Amino acid sequence: MSPLRSETLPLRTDEDVLRVRQTVRVWMVEQTFNVVEQTMMVTATSELARNTVVYGGGGSARLELLADSGRQGIRVIFEDEGQGIPDIEQALKDGFTTGAGLGLGLGGSKRLVDEFEIESAAGKGTRVTITKWKKSHP
Amino acid sequence: MDQIPILKVGEFLLVSIQVDMHDRQALSLQDDLTTQVVKTRAKGVLIDISSLEIVDSFIGRMLGNMASITQVLGAHAVVVGMRPAVAITIVELGLSLTNVRTALNVDKGMALLRMQMNQEMNEGGHEPFEK
Repeated sequence: MSPLRSETLPLRTDEDVLRVRQTVRVWMVEQTFNVVEQTMMVTATSELARNTVVYGGGGSARLELLADSGRQGIRVIFEDEGQGIPDIEQALKDGFTTGAGLGLGLGGSKRLVDEFEIESAAGKGTRVTITKWKKSHP
Repeated sequence: MDQIPILKVGEFLLVSIQVDMHDRQALSLQDDLTTQVVKTRAKGVLIDISSLEIVDSFIGRMLGNMASITQVLGAHAVVVGMRPAVAITIVELGLSLTNVRTALNVDKGMALLRMQMNQEMNEGGHEPFEK
């Protein structure tokens, strides 16, 4: 499934986190996702974009517009070349944090989207992919 | 960097967050509010988030901090105007905001603060120390 449209944005600073989540919002509005779907996807984006900046040492977010057998989706792929996550299962648990956060980022984001994939290797960085499919038919 | 205004309304402070804040902005708001609560000796703080399109774990933590700091300084804080989609999302995210009092809008938030102040006056307690 090749995306209909894609865009890659840098993730190095606080302002980049803002730009990425605002861009995701614009795409979702354009594709007429409902407000709850928008809010969930933008919130998940904000959590993961922050992870990329704070824990991954910076990286990028790639937005993709998908169409698959009549349904529309938006996918965001967060990539960094940081230290990686040694124990993904543990990192997905609520309350797990190595930093100053609440530890809701990964596990919480997973609950807000339809598809969630995480690949990580120690010393080789992390890639998190989230997808939201449109359920509403306005 | 855009500063978020903190307005004095009677004995209360009103913080209306009208922009999509990045993390540094949120932290500086937390500092500004702390300073203003002490300076104005406000009895209550209303934090209006009706313009916020998302509350993620960072902003949620900041709201909790602002409520706790206000409390420690002898005042009360109420978060008002949370959008329905935001409420649904933070519950799913796992953000509990247990120490944060909330109200539907500014009017109801102000009524809640007044009620709490009256209650305290009757009980005769919880005044900040005079300097």
